[in-house]
Amino acid sequence: MVEHRPFLNFLSHAVLVLGVLIVAFPVWIAIVASTHPAETFQTGRIPLWFGDAALHNYGVMLGDGLSNMGAPPLAGMLFNSLVMALVIAGGKIAISITSAFAIVYFRFPFRMLAFWCIFITLMLPVEVRILPTFKVVADLGMLNSYAGLTIPLIASATATFLFRQVFMTIPDELAEAARIDGAGPMKFLRDILIPLSRTNIAALFVILFIYGWNQYLWPLLITTDEGYYTIVAGIKRMAEAVDANPIWNYVMAASVLAMLPPVVVVVAMQKLFVKGLVETEK
Amino acid sequence: MKRAIFRNQLLPWLLLAPQLAVTFVFFLWPAAQAGWQSFLREDAFGLKSTFIGFENYSRLFGDPHYLNSVMVTVVFSVSVAVLAMAVALTLALAADRMIKSAQTYTTLLVWPYAVAPAIAGLLWWFIFNPTIGLVPYALDMVGIDWNHSLNGTQSMILVIIAAAWKQISYNFLFFVAGLQAIPASMREAAAIDGAGPGRRLFSITLPLLAPTSFFLLVVNTVYALFDTFPVIDATTEGGPAQATNILVYKVYVDGFLGLNLGSSAAQSVVLMAVVIVLTVVQFRFIERRVEY
Repeated sequence: MVEHRPFLNFLSHAVLVLGVLIVAFPVWIAIVASTHPAETFQTGRIPLWFGDAALHNYGVMLGDGLSNMGAPPLAGMLFNSLVMALVIAGGKIAISITSAFAIVYFRFPFRMLAFWCIFITLMLPVEVRILPTFKVVADLGMLNSYAGLTIPLIASATATFLFRQVFMTIPDELAEAARIDGAGPMKFLRDILIPLSRTNIAALFVILFIYGWNQYLWPLLITTDEGYYTIVAGIKRMAEAVDANPIWNYVMAASVLAMLPPVVVVVAMQKLFVKGLVETEK
Repeated sequence: MKRAIFRNQLLPWLLLAPQLAVTFVFFLWPAAQAGWQSFLREDAFGLKSTFIGFENYSRLFGDPHYLNSVMVTVVFSVSVAVLAMAVALTLALAADRMIKSAQTYTTLLVWPYAVAPAIAGLLWWFIFNPTIGLVPYALDMVGIDWNHSLNGTQSMILVIIAAAWKQISYNFLFFVAGLQAIPASMREAAAIDGAGPGRRLFSITLPLLAPTSFFLLVVNTVYALFDTFPVIDATTEGGPAQATNILVYKVYVDGFLGLNLGSSAAQSVVLMAVVIVLTVVQFRFIERRVEY
């Protein structure tokens, strides 16, 4: 701040408070709606204050599900989402670390070609190659499986670049010293490189966890078996029935449960989250 | 370039193998398939395919539905990028004045990043619900009849708001970082020379923020073009009457639901070209950002 301007300070606070309210408004409405009984939504308007059916709504959704609407119990869907998010985040980090290690610390023929092959995945988001990718997964027999949910999404150019960047800043002397002491490449990777990039790994993990949890199109395409539904994709199947039968209380309870884990991760690990976000865009 | 390197020749390939395998099987091969398929016509049963050159493409660009989808996409992407960036910039400028409370406001503003686009769409769909929604109720009082399942413009406004809402937090973080990178001495010097807050904003802050803004413009465009599929699918499903049928959604509808393989493949190739251009722009720009 350059000079003292009480009015501008007041205005800034007003703008920020208004911004926070606008940003939080839809989520507030969702939480409130998830605490009302179904009858509230048959007539009248969306309520603004809490009702008394929270325990019932969340109990029904987590434990029983709504079988007549194609919604299995949410507990299972939450578990599938957790598996998907963790495997995608862990897998992307693991294969990107080894790729970056190979590209930075070794000289071999076609090194740059390998690098460009990885780079090109940046330009092929799943949305633009839906059908052929689906066909490959179907031919491999990976529909309705955790492998099908995760492995096709696990390549990561961004993560490989990030680790390449990190490894480039690590002094050459460390690798020389390790070699003189008789450490092989894998020992060097495990005992020196990975510990040195710990915070980068953690920051990236936060971003990738959110990425994996929020996947929508891919799980929607390749899961037809209720046992493999993830929560974000599963909600769509629920919402489709809502026009005929306005059970918004259940749909909103499911939405709240679907956004809770990633939101908690962002709020609890805000520093790592911001670091991860800024680094992956470099 | 590293001086100290390991001499193994087989090991690097083993280290690269998982990443390359996934890349080839699930990225390059399907992309090549889409490319090849875009030159073929398959009969209704998928038994026989004929090579037809660029016919899928010429038919695509003569198709009024496709051209409509291009227009819809342009309107949608520009609106989402402008809305999300304008709101985020306003908030970031306000937060930049705060010394003690900036961190608190940041925490309160960043969490929507974690909300899945599909859920964001659903939440706004609920608020705008024509029967019980709060916004249609408020609009009704000023004489506007809101029904996005019949009115294409209203449907578009709904998906723009839902898509932009989710992107505000991302833009906010980058604008705040961009503002903090502007040396205080510049603004102080301007203030001593008699420039008021408004003048400083337009002559110093905004010009120096241009690189950040350009970067965010590219990122937001990519987001609006490709990552908003769930917003559309969870709310309007492209309707009413194709009013919100953006290009990525059309690829899915034509290919996966309509099983029009040749056209869908040609659309995929067009979209890949768009991503390639945007990625190149982004990388060229990042190289130049350094010298700024």
